[in-house]
Amino acid sequence: MIDLIQKMIAAWPTVLFWVMGLATVVCSIGVVVTPNVVRSAVWLLFALVGTAGLFFLLGADFVGATQLLIYVGGTLILVIFGVMLTAQGPFVRMKTSSAEWTIAAVVGTVLVAILAGATMSTDWPKTRRGDTSGLTAENAPSTTQLGLEFLGIPPQGPAASAGKAGRDPANIGYLLPFEIVSVHLLVVLIGAAYLARAKRRKAAVS
Amino acid sequence: MFASLADIWQWFREVAWPNLIGPFLASLVIMLFFQFQAIIFVWAERKVSGRIQDRLGPTRTGGKFGWLQTIADGIKLLLKEDLIPTDADRPLFRLAPYIVLMGSYAAFLVIPFSDGWVAQNMNVAVFFMLAVMSVEVFGVIMAGYASGSKWALFGGMREAAQVVSYEVPMALNLVPAVMAAGTMNMNTVGRMQAEGVWNWMCFHDPFTFFASIVYIVCATASVKRAPFDLAEAESELVAGFHTEYSGFRWLIFFMAEYASMLAVAWIAVTMFWGGWSGPLPLTKWFGWWIDTNGDGVGDVPNILAKAAGLLNFIVKGYFLIFVMMWIRWTLPRIRIDQVMQMCLKYLLPISCFLLLGSALWPLLVTTELGGKIGAVVAAGVTLLIVGVGIVTTPPSAAHGRRERVY
Repeated sequence: MIDLIQKMIAAWPTVLFWVMGLATVVCSIGVVVTPNVVRSAVWLLFALVGTAGLFFLLGADFVGATQLLIYVGGTLILVIFGVMLTAQGPFVRMKTSSAEWTIAAVVGTVLVAILAGATMSTDWPKTRRGDTSGLTAENAPSTTQLGLEFLGIPPQGPAASAGKAGRDPANIGYLLPFEIVSVHLLVVLIGAAYLARAKRRKAAVS
Repeated sequence: MFASLADIWQWFREVAWPNLIGPFLASLVIMLFFQFQAIIFVWAERKVSGRIQDRLGPTRTGGKFGWLQTIADGIKLLLKEDLIPTDADRPLFRLAPYIVLMGSYAAFLVIPFSDGWVAQNMNVAVFFMLAVMSVEVFGVIMAGYASGSKWALFGGMREAAQVVSYEVPMALNLVPAVMAAGTMNMNTVGRMQAEGVWNWMCFHDPFTFFASIVYIVCATASVKRAPFDLAEAESELVAGFHTEYSGFRWLIFFMAEYASMLAVAWIAVTMFWGGWSGPLPLTKWFGWWIDTNGDGVGDVPNILAKAAGLLNFIVKGYFLIFVMMWIRWTLPRIRIDQVMQMCLKYLLPISCFLLLGSALWPLLVTTELGGKIGAVVAAGVTLLIVGVGIVTTPPSAAHGRRERVY
């Protein structure tokens, strides 16, 4: 009896995972299947929210929140604006021929098989985070460590990056990639502002 | 399956309660709580707007103060005809209000109502709150598009642009508080402000003080509240994105708006204004503190103290809501291009400046060189302000006024 209870407790995260995963998969299929392009974007919203939910189930709060902020709050808004303002009519129906369906199904199935095979056959390193049942805010990793690594301070402390131990990849922080990404973002922002500038109109010749 | 009653009790305690019934009850409590607030706020809005406009507001339904006005409004809305326009995209039309509601509701998951009374104690609470409130925009766009009406579409587009733009200074203004606290966990931030009014984050340095004020401005714009309510625009776009919604669907939008207002007000209270530790030390007066580490000094509040903290929290949140209502009925609405200008040209640079100042503040107060630089800069800025004030005062301002010609 006790172990039945234990089994039910242990299985609860699996149940939640199945629910969330099935919801995400169904919504992803919905993205592909609907002939209406705006509804396709709405299905995509739910698929992305489902992915964020999967991250939250794994205890990765930061990644889940980032997924919501960037994908739903940014990318999807852009997608829906583009889709809504360029559709040639409210219910434009995309007609997909059966040849396209067959090719897409074959490619999709092959991709799923490759990914599933690769995922199952990889020897994933066991981390402490495998069991999320005892996870509270106090023992969950905070983003402080992530921030410090972005500043170049390795997890074992600043002294670990000195001397010969500093050449070990485990002791290097992520300062250089962080700087590169920051400069990249700055370039992108400048480019976007330039593209969106108000263009001076040439004097009209009547 | 269950051998005895004890097994049922054990199953309940270990499986059903923490995984099923407990979260369900917590969600239900939060949902009922903010729906109840909506009832209070609708009445309060009508009374406050009435008083500001020098009239009384509802005085007939339910006695002298019109207590039951909201119930009457609710009954009216429930009995209205449920109309869906012919050109509307029906599933999206039906779905949109609930997406907006869920976006506002999810922000309540991380708000600490008192010490430890938080639905989900996340280490990235502030970030999570910002992330889920950005889901609301999608519901509004969908409502605008799916209504099949050009007014609704314009309103939806404007609103999306406004909310998405104002999220940036809103987030930037929370960062000084996060930097001062060192953590995004709102329960911890609340605990840090526990010992008195001078511990509040808004008094930590002048930059967080101004950040608290600018945050409230950006948050008001982000929840599309006047003077930034072009999305609703009662006299310009009929009703913006919720033009075609009537009856119960409109009620959902309305409830979501009040829920968002309350969520951002409570975020401001938690991050800047002390959380559950009010101007009056109610937690000390009404509850003793439990000593957990045996040093003779209480360090964890007991349940009465927590309830007193909850009272503090609610009063401060409601005060902030009152301020939002006050501003709504005092200031005229600003145009959409003025809204966007204000965000991108004024509030965003101000927020960046406050962020920079708040980041440099520890250097100013703790290092010697920083102290010297700080003193020079403070003196220089004071002289500059005084000088500019003297130079630009028009000479005729102090002399007599011209007769007003009507």
